[in-house]
Formats: sequence, C-alpha cells, structure tokens
Amino acid sequence: MTLINQRNKLIPVLGCHSCFRVDMFSKGTKRKFPSDDDEMSDESLASAKVSSSYSLQRQSLLDMSLIKLQLCHMLVEPNLCRSVLIANTVRQIQEEMTHDGSWVVTEAFCSGTQGPSERLVATEVLCRSREQEAEPKLFSVISYEGISREEEVVADETLCSVSVHDSASDVCLSETSRRCWDETEDSPESSRLGPGDDEDDEDEDEDDEQESSSREDPKAMGQVFGTFEIKNGASGPDSALEELFSDVDASYYDLDTMLTGIQSTAPKMGPYDLLDSLSPSHTPTSINSPSNCRSDLNELDHIMEIIVGS
Amino acid sequence: MLSVPSHTALYMDEEIDTRTINSSFLRDHSYATEADIISTVEFNSTGELLATGDKGGRVVVFQREQESKNQPHRRGEYNVYSTFQSHEPEFDYLKSLEIEEKINKIRWLPQQNAAYFLLSTNDKTVKLWKISERDKRPEGYNLKYEDGRVRDPTTITALRVPVLRPMDLMVEATSRRVFSNAHTYHINSISVNSDNETYMSTDDLRINLWNLEITNRSFNIVDLKPANMEELTEVITAAEFHPNQCNTFIYSSSKGSIRLCDMRAAALCDNHCKFFEEPEDPVNRSFFSEIISSISDVKFSHSGRYLMTRDYLTVKVWDLNMENKPLETYQVHDYLRSKLCSLYENDCIFDKFECVWNGTDSVLMTGSYNNFFRMFDRNTKRDVTLEASRENSKPRAILKPRKVCVGGKRRKDEISMDSLDFGKKILHTAWHPSENIIAVAATNNLYIFQDKVN
Repeated sequence: MTLINQRNKLIPVLGCHSCFRVDMFSKGTKRKFPSDDDEMSDESLASAKVSSSYSLQRQSLLDMSLIKLQLCHMLVEPNLCRSVLIANTVRQIQEEMTHDGSWVVTEAFCSGTQGPSERLVATEVLCRSREQEAEPKLFSVISYEGISREEEVVADETLCSVSVHDSASDVCLSETSRRCWDETEDSPESSRLGPGDDEDDEDEDEDDEQESSSREDPKAMGQVFGTFEIKNGASGPDSALEELFSDVDASYYDLDTMLTGIQSTAPKMGPYDLLDSLSPSHTPTSINSPSNCRSDLNELDHIMEIIVGS
Repeated sequence: MLSVPSHTALYMDEEIDTRTINSSFLRDHSYATEADIISTVEFNSTGELLATGDKGGRVVVFQREQESKNQPHRRGEYNVYSTFQSHEPEFDYLKSLEIEEKINKIRWLPQQNAAYFLLSTNDKTVKLWKISERDKRPEGYNLKYEDGRVRDPTTITALRVPVLRPMDLMVEATSRRVFSNAHTYHINSISVNSDNETYMSTDDLRINLWNLEITNRSFNIVDLKPANMEELTEVITAAEFHPNQCNTFIYSSSKGSIRLCDMRAAALCDNHCKFFEEPEDPVNRSFFSEIISSISDVKFSHSGRYLMTRDYLTVKVWDLNMENKPLETYQVHDYLRSKLCSLYENDCIFDKFECVWNGTDSVLMTGSYNNFFRMFDRNTKRDVTLEASRENSKPRAILKPRKVCVGGKRRKDEISMDSLDFGKKILHTAWHPSENIIAVAATNNLYIFQDKVN
C-alpha cells in the first residue's frame, strides 16, 4: 500500500533556494561585492572600518557566536554538542579572516598602542589552534571579569578554541585552558602569560586592569567580547560603543533568556540588532530583493559607523 | 498530573485512498507546563503499547484497545495504561550541579513473559522498569489477616488453603534496575541489543555497554574524549545497535558522519570498520555547513540493510554497503536554508529532530516546525507535509497536506514561510512496527494517526 497517496497535489521536493543572503555567507561569492576588493587592495587603515557587507556579516556572526560561547561557559554543564558546533564556527570564521587578510588588517590598525609582535604571534596561534602545543596550563574560570580584563588576543584565543577543559571533576566545562605561550612569545608581556596557577591569574587580571586603565578607557564593558575591541582599535571603546554594549553587560540575564528563545529583549542587543536588520525573517520582503538589501546594508553601514566611531 | 485523555475521532473521507487518519488527543493540557513537554515516544515491539516520556520525568504508557465488532471505528485506540515517575530531579553535590529529570529516551525490551520491560534514561541514569498487571489477589493466609496483620499463633486452630480471588485490574510499574554513575556527559541514546542481554548507553563522548542484569559495571566501547578537551571538535549525537547482528552498532557525529563498529574486532571500538560520510557540496557551503550537517538521529532499517540519518535540513538513507554517499536524500524543509542565520541566532539550528522508518522500511517520517511533520515514500518518491494541530485537524478527519510557500505569490492553501511558528516543533515521532499507525509528539500533545479501515 502506498502510504503517501493523496489526491491532492504533492509538494515537489524543493530545490535549493540560494538567496541573496546565502550568497553573502558563501565563501566563494564574497568577492561579488565590489567594496571588498577595493578595500583589500588598498591596504589603508581605513579598511578596518568595514564597509564590505560580507565581512560585516561575518563579524556579526563571529560576535554572536562569541556571545553564545560566553554564555555556554557560564553554565555548569552546557550542551556539549552545541558548544562544540559554535566553537567550530568561530574557529572557521577566524581561520577565514586570517586567510583573507582581514585579521591582519585589523591588527595593523590596532597595533598603535600595543605591541605588534604580540598580536602577530597571537594570529599565528589562531592559525594552528588545533595543533597540540606545549602543555596546556590551567586558566582561571572564564568569569565575566576575567574575560573582560584579558587582552583581547587572549580572549580570542580562549574563545576560538573549544574552551571546555576537562578538569578534575571531569565535567566542569566552565573552565577553559590556555596554551603556554612561552615558546613563541618574546614580547615583554609574555611573562605574565606564562604561569598558570590561580594566584598568578589573579595577578594577571590585576595587571590587565592596570594596563587597561592606563589606556584611554578602563571600563571593561565594551571589551567583553574581545573581537569588538580588535575591530575598533586600541583607542578603546568610544562613548557610542560603550553605550551600545553596556547594555550587553547590564542585561546579562536578558541575554541569557534571549538566547534560549525569548526575544522580547532584542532591542537591547547591539549585535543582534545588526543581524535582525539583516535577517530575512525580520525583513521578509528583502529576500531576493537587492534593493531592499541595499538599504539594509546602508543601515548596517550606519550602525557600523556608530560602532567604529567615525 | 495527566488530564484524562479525551478520545474523539472522526471518520475519514472515503474517497481519499486508503488513508484514514484517526487522531486522538491523548495528552492534552489546558495549562501546559514545561514538565509536560513530551521528550520521547516509543512503540514496543508488537505495537500494543506506546510509551512517552516527558520533561517532568514521567513515563506514560498507552495500550491499544482491543477491537470490538460493534464499534469498528474505535479500532485500536490507545488508552492510558500506566503512568509512573521514572526519574526525579537530583542534585550532584560533588559537582554542584542539578540533574534534570527529563526523560531523554525510552526503549522497550522484547517481551518474554506477561510483563513488559522498558529502559528509560535521563541525562545520567538509565533505569529498567517492569510494567505488570495484577487482577487477582491471594486470600486466606494462615498466619496473617487480609490486611497484613500477623495473627496470634495461639488463635490458629485450623489450617486453610489460600485462594486467589479476582480483583480490579491493577497495572504496576516497578523499578528493577538502576544503571548509574557511568556517564560524565549527557546521555543521548540507549539501544537494546538483539542478544536481549545487553544494551548500550551513549553520551556526548562515550558509549558504554551494559548487561541488563548487572548495574555496577559497564564496559566502555567508544571513547572520543581527547586528552585535551581544547582539541574537541566532534561529539557523538546518537547510536544504535544493528537489529539482528549483536556485534554491530553505529554512531553518528556532529560532523555529519556515521561510523559502524564491530565489537568482535576489539574491546574498545575507537577504530570503526565503516565510515559513512557525504562530501560537502561546495555550492551550499557556508559558515553553517557543519552545524546543519550535524546528525541529530540515526536509525537502522528493520531489515538492517539501510541506515537513516537526520540532519538539520534533510533525511538521508544509506546503504550499509556504500559509504561514500547516501542512497537517497530527502529535503525536509529546504526553504529554511535562506534563514540559517536567524535560526542560528535563536538557537533553533541546534534542534534535534528524530526520524523513523515505517514497518516495511518503505516510508520515512520526521518532524519540522510549525507542528508540521514530513513523510517520504521511498518507492514513489513522493512526499507530504502534514500538521499535528488541534485547530487545523479535527479528530478522525483526514489530515490535509500542507504547503509552505517559498517566494513568489502565496496561494490560498499555502502557508507563508514567515508565518511558520518555530516554537512549535515536532522532534519526536514513532511508527507502529507493523501497521500504519504513527505517534507524533507536539510539545505537550501526543497525536496518534492511523490509516483508515476499509
């Protein structure tokens, strides 16, 4: 007996609908966007102010992933499958960014106040993040403070790796481990990254705090997610940025519920707004409609200008 | 806790083929709580019983009614047979974490006597339950009264023979074995072996093999845990024994591959003997490629010849003899491909949809969003989208096929893609082992649909 034998016409198996949005996320097609090429060839610092929609989206995706990962770490026992998939996504994005040079560009941009060598080394580490290196040392639990006061490079490193350290309890996934940087590190700052026990980590946090306070803006809120800072340069988050992301901090629990599906607090979220404005689900008519997408992109540019502070 | 199931069913339109859908709202709550959300559905090997587990740790077993001649349309409705609390919320004081009571999986053991046995599991602990009937009780003991009090021996002057007297049917669920302390991560699958003596339990990184009689010892047969958890890039998502080769099992991974292992080869099956994986299509490559290729469920066909896997957008059928690509690929909801970013944002992309075979391995069924579920006929290559909802399908009415409008103009009977409710998802379904009866869990409702009797 044929089970599926309706009189009504059946839905044909749907083909692939690669819409505009997908294209933007497809690796092979990103060069479609003319601005991308221009910026890449012109290696000016201005290129850090991303006007390419592809890299902008990629950055939003990265930011979103980092927030998700961050929330995973706060759970005692997160959904391992989910965290691994998100971590792999982050890794993939960062690999691609390193590959196509946008990582380097932002580094050049950021290198004004901080040791460039350190950043280059960090990139190198990101590239071979999957290799087994020197013995990993325990890194303090990624507490909120811990992350916010870390060097952005370190934060990236910890976040881009699957930060689920198998501690003695064998189950506590909130911890993360960090590689020993000593081998490759020759900047003066490397010493503080070496030791791994808790006391040193505390010291390290203090150091970082001092260091960041010596910089323009000691307020850590804007730096919660390391990549934001990389993107925005070493001048520290400006007031617009701070305003945007201070909400992230304050509404931490909102964020949590939001990520678990309740989106009522969406307006608070900087990066999410960014994606919302891009997302076909929120702007249904924009699917397959380049003109609408263009306006979306303009909007994005605008948001990005606020973030970058230009 | 469970409201009394309301059984109402409507006849199906005779003109539409042989397919009558007889739907019953078996578990319906006007005030559904999180605990009422159904988390697993499973028929036993004869199809006479259907078990559901929920987030509140309860197991509800339904039994199929005997057919009666004067009410042929009431053929085979399922009624509540037994309800019991399988798992309770626990707290691990050493690790300072709560262990949810949510039932992740239920598996029936083949029936060997009048009683029924099932395994149920939450994140950490597997339990073996016995469900048995009692309709007689012994009366007339010499040494005690009927209420259990012991008789004073000096008052016993004569001996009598105890007799069994009929009483109201009572269904008892008793916990027979508790298999605990073997899983560090969350158990996602359990599977009873065809030898009827062993079963395996699978968490994110390890698979353990148990004897059904022995609770204090299990054997680790797969261990994916890297020495350094930082290097972890892949987890186990599901595992199952072969239906008739007791040495063979499969497990699927978050990278979209399936490994087949032979326990005769080695005690630790870290080295697979078959590896099923489809190369990625570069056309559809995106940052979400890996996430959507993560396998949420894997099932052997009843024959043992094929495998079915479910990933986020498709169902695939694999021939055990062909590892490099699936035999068949069916699109479940390909229109979502353009929405992956939003689905990632709201975490729907991590939903774990399950999939099932029909009794003859010719039709596949799996769930989708908006209370939709999909069926694929492997022979005719036709597919249908149906909806499990109270509003849109009256009991004992034929289910109308649904269509989702993708771009362009929406026709009258189509549902716009933007009006799909991603909160209503059908993750768990079950198919009767020999008949065309299906059970579909939609949040806190269980729907049972069946073919029409001619």
